[in-house]
Amino acid sequence: MGISGQDLIYACSAIGAGLAMIAGIGPGVGQGIAAGHAASAVGRNPGAKGDITTTMLLGQAVAETTGLYGLVVAFILMFVKPF
Amino acid sequence: MILCEADFAIKGLASYQMFGQTFWLTSTHVSMIIVTVVLLIFAFAANRCMKRAKDVPTGFQNVVEIVVEMLGNMVKTNMKQPKKFMNYIGTLFLFILICNLSGLLGLRGPTADYGVTLCLGLITFCLIQYNGIKCQKAGHFKALFEPIPLFFPINLIGEIATPISLSLRLFANMLAGTIIMALWYGIIPIVVAKLAIPAFLHAYLDLFSGCIQTYVFCMLTMVYVDDKM
Repeated sequence: MGISGQDLIYACSAIGAGLAMIAGIGPGVGQGIAAGHAASAVGRNPGAKGDITTTMLLGQAVAETTGLYGLVVAFILMFVKPF
Repeated sequence: MILCEADFAIKGLASYQMFGQTFWLTSTHVSMIIVTVVLLIFAFAANRCMKRAKDVPTGFQNVVEIVVEMLGNMVKTNMKQPKKFMNYIGTLFLFILICNLSGLLGLRGPTADYGVTLCLGLITFCLIQYNGIKCQKAGHFKALFEPIPLFFPINLIGEIATPISLSLRLFANMLAGTIIMALWYGIIPIVVAKLAIPAFLHAYLDLFSGCIQTYVFCMLTMVYVDDKM
């Protein structure tokens, strides 16, 4: 079976998409840290639970962005096929 | 092997020629028109309802008052001049929220198209620059050269990155939701998998993620605009 140049490019694109998703590590760690600190804050001041939860969710949603950039790169490599 | 037919692409419905180019009427346009019509109906109904407002609210008046009060509180706690920006933030919030929730009705969400979110980001960018020039005059441009003139390129990239990061965040979240739902519905042989689990996925990806991203977009818009005042 012969492998043409285009096949090789698709294969490398798939590998690249997988590598791009390594970016998911960062947001995972960041969101974990945010949730941990929020939990300790609620433990210290249970009355402010609502505010703390809102702030935590906002911070986590912003921290998620870098992971989503990786996701966008992976999608482009897999489905848009720029090469 | 699980047979999978994922179908999440933007579909072109009709094409037309203009200025020698081919333009497409896509599923995004259809979804956006439906969303706009829903919002218009809500606006007219709210207007009619509030003209005959009673001191003790009942039924639909309750809903309208909750929405306006929630948006007003959100803007008031985050901005110095809440009255000026209440209209824009409220419009943005309702539009993005209904767009994100339209995935529940089987539409392809308009916010899962980069053309839509980039426009929203650019509107915010124009608002930021306009307010910066209006409120700080020359100081707005001087801030680009701080702390030393050598930092000019970095500051410029930081300014330009604002709308891109804003729009990409919303777009990527919604696209990820759309793709995961399409992949799940595309699992053809497993009928059992389609019975109850999509409800949970819809609750997380459309409801939770959609509401959070709406809130984040409006919040960041307010923070950026407020920064320049």
